[in-house]
Amino acid sequence: MLGRTASSLFWMARYMERAENLARLAQVGHRVSIIPDGMGGYREDWKATLASAGCLPEFEARGAKLDAATAQNFLLFDRAHASSIRNCLENARNNGRAVRTALTREMWEALNSTWIEFAAIDPAEVGPGRMVELLDWVRQRSGQFRGAMLGSLLRDEGFHFCQLGTFIERADNTARILDVKYNVLLPVNEALGGERNQHQWDTILRSVSAVGAYRYFYRDRLRPRLVAEFLMLRPEMPRSLRFCCDFIAPSLGALAEMTGGGASSLALGSTLAAELRSTDLDAILRHGLREFLQDFLGRNAAISGALATDYHFD
Amino acid sequence: MLKTQAYNTGNDTVCFDEMLRPDFSARECYRTLFEWLQRQSPGGIRAKQAEADAIFRRLGITFAVYGAAEANERLIPFDLIPRVISAAEWRFLERGIEQRVRALNAFLHDIYHRQEIVRAGRIPSELVNGNSAFLPQMMGFDPPRGVYSHIIGTDIVRTEEDGFFVLEDNLRTPSGVSYMLENRETMMHLFPELFAAHRVAPVERYPELLRQTLQSVAPSGCDGEPAVAVLTPGIYNSAYFEHAFLADQMGVELVQGSDLVVEDGALWMRTIRGRARVDVLYRRIDDAFIDPLNFRPDSMLGVPGLFDLYRAGRVTLVNAPGTGIADDKAVYAYVPDIVEFYTGEKPILKNVQTFRCSIAEERGHVLEHLEELVVKEVHGSGGYGMLIGPRSTRQQRADFAERIRANPGNYIAQPTLALSTCPAFAGSGIGPRHVDLRPFVLVGDRVRVVPGGLTRVALKKGSLVVNSSQGGGTKDTWVLED
Repeated sequence: MLGRTASSLFWMARYMERAENLARLAQVGHRVSIIPDGMGGYREDWKATLASAGCLPEFEARGAKLDAATAQNFLLFDRAHASSIRNCLENARNNGRAVRTALTREMWEALNSTWIEFAAIDPAEVGPGRMVELLDWVRQRSGQFRGAMLGSLLRDEGFHFCQLGTFIERADNTARILDVKYNVLLPVNEALGGERNQHQWDTILRSVSAVGAYRYFYRDRLRPRLVAEFLMLRPEMPRSLRFCCDFIAPSLGALAEMTGGGASSLALGSTLAAELRSTDLDAILRHGLREFLQDFLGRNAAISGALATDYHFD
Repeated sequence: MLKTQAYNTGNDTVCFDEMLRPDFSARECYRTLFEWLQRQSPGGIRAKQAEADAIFRRLGITFAVYGAAEANERLIPFDLIPRVISAAEWRFLERGIEQRVRALNAFLHDIYHRQEIVRAGRIPSELVNGNSAFLPQMMGFDPPRGVYSHIIGTDIVRTEEDGFFVLEDNLRTPSGVSYMLENRETMMHLFPELFAAHRVAPVERYPELLRQTLQSVAPSGCDGEPAVAVLTPGIYNSAYFEHAFLADQMGVELVQGSDLVVEDGALWMRTIRGRARVDVLYRRIDDAFIDPLNFRPDSMLGVPGLFDLYRAGRVTLVNAPGTGIADDKAVYAYVPDIVEFYTGEKPILKNVQTFRCSIAEERGHVLEHLEELVVKEVHGSGGYGMLIGPRSTRQQRADFAERIRANPGNYIAQPTLALSTCPAFAGSGIGPRHVDLRPFVLVGDRVRVVPGGLTRVALKKGSLVVNSSQGGGTKDTWVLED
């Protein structure tokens, strides 16, 4: 497999996963913006939404007013914003197009039709009424793409590069959401409780589609330490850091075995996965939740960098 | 839905229709299709057409049009009424094409060696040695099996029952074969019963034949299974879909220049395991771009040192550099002589009468008859830079006359041919539209012609320009078996 092919598969999967995560964040942002805050306004917090999506500095650099319309346009349609859903879908599709031969027809059709249909949307015609529907559709299409990949792609190197793109992106996303709201997850807040915090915990879970899963798994009301544990350490939760690393490390291992290379990315990935398996929430809180998340984001990015070096992408 | 009277009056000029005779009876090979068309409802055909368009869009079979920034990926219109060619007609075409491609390869070998044809006075030296498509760097070099052009698309037009003419020999990087294959898949999907009623010769072996052809011309020093790769300029090229499609169907790598490196006397591609050898490169980029050290130094598409490696016999380039001279429009006029010179036989397929503006008498004739002629640039392609006399304005003709006088060697002219018509679905009904045909030929250890080809159709009523860049479409081409 060409190094360029590996790179395109990796980025194709990353961009598709990113589009899905952005759609989820935008949906949560939208939901929050129509819930009253009990003080005559709304709970609206687009700043947190953009921060969770990792694009607040880019938005602020433009000096535009931050409201529902500008935030949603920035997240969904903005051509100048490298990580808008529009650009993610286009980049995913163009990366796929560049390695068309490495994809199955099902995967390509999912990528291609999603891009064609999204590109045909006129942003001016997507009012608040259609916003939720559109974001649902983006998530469904990402699911369709992933389903096509899991159901049809040969389990060779290409598959593992796709898996790595998906899970490195997903881990980055979950860690970022936690990092933006880490303070409301500190144990001190459990004692404070309160309606405001309940809402924050609920929002965090929604950002990773985990409200129902949380209730089913813990059979308990929302507690910050359980929310934190669920999203960082539970192997059952498909968007937790632990879950992502449990997929990243084996794919790195499989690639190393297939190619006889990949030593540095494998070392980084297996160490991180082993640490997540052996640690617990108390240890993390002792060390500092913020520090833990920052460290995780850095190491996750380092795996991505080592992968490119190991497999001649750069 | 087909009204025979209305169908024939749809022809604005008198020309040969491949389905109906002037007395409204169907020609033999079209009988089944004709009866079927009469049973179809306009709504049914429209629904199938919409389905076909959706299939193509979903598969991403698009082409880029240069200069059209916004819609830079467009769908080539697909017309779902097949064109039918009888077994006897095909046998004739096949023999003619094979003769022609053998002669053209012999011509290329000769002009890059002793130039016997020039010595014999059958073709002017200036036309060969002064031609911008002639590559002096190829002199004295022997490509594997002596083959220069391995993949050829011969453009053929028809004007009457037995009137087949070669319009162009495309010996560089002819495109369109992916449409031939996808059009067939789509037709089998949309009209299984009509397809089954026809005994249509299969085309789906093309990718396998292409791979065999490419492997058969591996460098002589290559041991083991030769490694083949397809070199593309990238996703923004108008034929990118086809490059990817062919690589996929052959099961070989699709590479870009940046994936390749010349090292230790071999060509390698950069893979996730390090470097891997390439023996045969089917390159879909022009000569000028293959190697910045030997040709255009600003090329980002090629591989530095590739041409030296080729000349050293360490890698095979398909098609060979310098083959463009044999499909030069000025050389075209000499192809009948070329066929006779190298095969000792009369040409089976005729050329279209061609006036060379470089020759004073012929130029005089052209300038006096611009209104009746089609004038083409010698190096032009894609239907750009041509004058269609009967459809031109006085001003356009005056402009062209001036251009011809300023640079006569750059132009040839041909009579406006009454291209044959085939039934096409034209929105409101079925009408005759002008067509041409590009069969695809493979030359390696032997010559392989796939029974079929790409039929291009001018969808605009009365139009004679079938190029996709000018609004033409494509059809599936059914060669019948006996």
